[in-house]
Amino acid sequence: MRAVITVVGRDMVGILAKVSALCSECNVNVIEVSQSILQDMFCMIMLVDASKINVPFASFSDRLTGEGKEMNLVIHVMHEDVFNSMHHI
Amino acid sequence: MINTKDILETINMIQDENLDIRTVTMGISLLDCASSDIKVSCERIYDKITKKAEKLVVTAEQIEKEYGIPIINKRISVTPIAMICASSGGNPIEYAKTLDRAAKAVGVNFLGGYSALVQKGFAAGDEELIRSIPEALSITDRVCSSVNIGSTKAGINMDAVALMGRIIRECAEKTKDSGLWGPAKLVVFCNAPDDNPFMAGAFHGAGEPDCVINVGVSGPGVVRSALSKIPEANITEVADMVKKTAFKITRMGQLVATQAAERLGVPFGIVDLSLAPTPAVGDSVAHILEEMGLEQCGACGTTACLALLNDAVKKGGVMASSHVGGLSGAFIPVSEDAGMIDAARSGALKIEKLEAMTAVCSVGLDMIAVPGDTNAEIISGIIADEAAIGMVNSKTTAVRIIPAIGVKEGEEIEFGGLFGSCPIMPVNTYSPAKFINRGGRIPAPLQSLKN
Repeated sequence: MRAVITVVGRDMVGILAKVSALCSECNVNVIEVSQSILQDMFCMIMLVDASKINVPFASFSDRLTGEGKEMNLVIHVMHEDVFNSMHHI
Repeated sequence: MINTKDILETINMIQDENLDIRTVTMGISLLDCASSDIKVSCERIYDKITKKAEKLVVTAEQIEKEYGIPIINKRISVTPIAMICASSGGNPIEYAKTLDRAAKAVGVNFLGGYSALVQKGFAAGDEELIRSIPEALSITDRVCSSVNIGSTKAGINMDAVALMGRIIRECAEKTKDSGLWGPAKLVVFCNAPDDNPFMAGAFHGAGEPDCVINVGVSGPGVVRSALSKIPEANITEVADMVKKTAFKITRMGQLVATQAAERLGVPFGIVDLSLAPTPAVGDSVAHILEEMGLEQCGACGTTACLALLNDAVKKGGVMASSHVGGLSGAFIPVSEDAGMIDAARSGALKIEKLEAMTAVCSVGLDMIAVPGDTNAEIISGIIADEAAIGMVNSKTTAVRIIPAIGVKEGEEIEFGGLFGSCPIMPVNTYSPAKFINRGGRIPAPLQSLKN
């Protein structure tokens, strides 16, 4: 499955590094990253392939959300199909 | 890659606008559990529910995590227990206890189906079950009950209407010291749908498959927010915006429903296209109507706004789902909607206006608290009026009314959680007693010469 990770919050050093390190630890491949900084708000959208993930998907998602909280960021992990079904006919 | 704007829109809907899947409800047929011995029936029912729904909660939680969509309630609906009671006889309370035990064992928060369908008359088991409702709802925590007293094809069973007025009062009396939960778990229907996933009126109709997954979506906050972005638009554009938003909400419901059905190995039934509010700020149907341009919900024009909203939600939702059913429409429960609560408090919204609103939207007089001294005949009168609207307009209507024992007009009762709080609404106290006590049946209405 492919998933979309979104990270929103105040910009700081090491956000991308933290998130991608966690992905690589769980054997999740990053396919595409887009990020923008509006004033000092950081917004990153990451498309990842989690078909070879080595932990249960729920715990991967929990860990990311947890890391986000520690860094004062809001991190969402959602299955790609949510966006496909919601925005495409 | 997926459009960034679309991604952020979806995240925003979930995070800030309270978009969620309101309920994943598993419908389970209990017809094959009926035995002439009530003990055997109860055992079979417990076994069947705990086996079929064993993984319901876990699976829903898994989908929630994987898809990042909150699923608020996991519930079960079963065959109307009066049908099972008909073959077993015995005290129906045994069934209520069994259902409560099974609901707790599988971890669902409500189980609906302690029900009877008596639109044309009482069959074996029906009256016993109805008379046991007050006790059943006071000794169980998770069982919900409903009674269908009328339909467009059968007319309205006025004996049942009179009985239900008394039963609702008894429910309130029995639970007056424990938060008046009894009447909040009891719905009186006209044209009850067989596949409704929403509580308290869910049951698994006789024509349904053995086991099925039905999903109810929500999202009044998303619709309100979409409308707030077009403050100067004309009504045609408003309707279009509601349709587009409803489409997106429903697509999510469809996705969750097909996933849940596939993972549980159970057929997918329907998606219920309902805008179901919660007392949370920004999750109110009344606020959508106010966003359309009413000073407060209940003002003149409310019925027209609601008619537009209800129709546009259906039009948008129908294309987004392969099977639509249940109640499908905007809900207007007073206690569960922050805007409705405010409107009732300020006096802008009265029962008479709510009744008019129910003619153009789904359900009916829902979660309304009336003074504790409102007698059974008046409650029956309210039920009869509401059922007449449903019967004549070929739509579902219902009454879930709480006689707030010991509480007066102007005061409030508090349920907490999704059930919210209720200001006590004034009721017309002129008596319909003679009409109600005549009994008999209102004949089914003509289906042509419509005016």
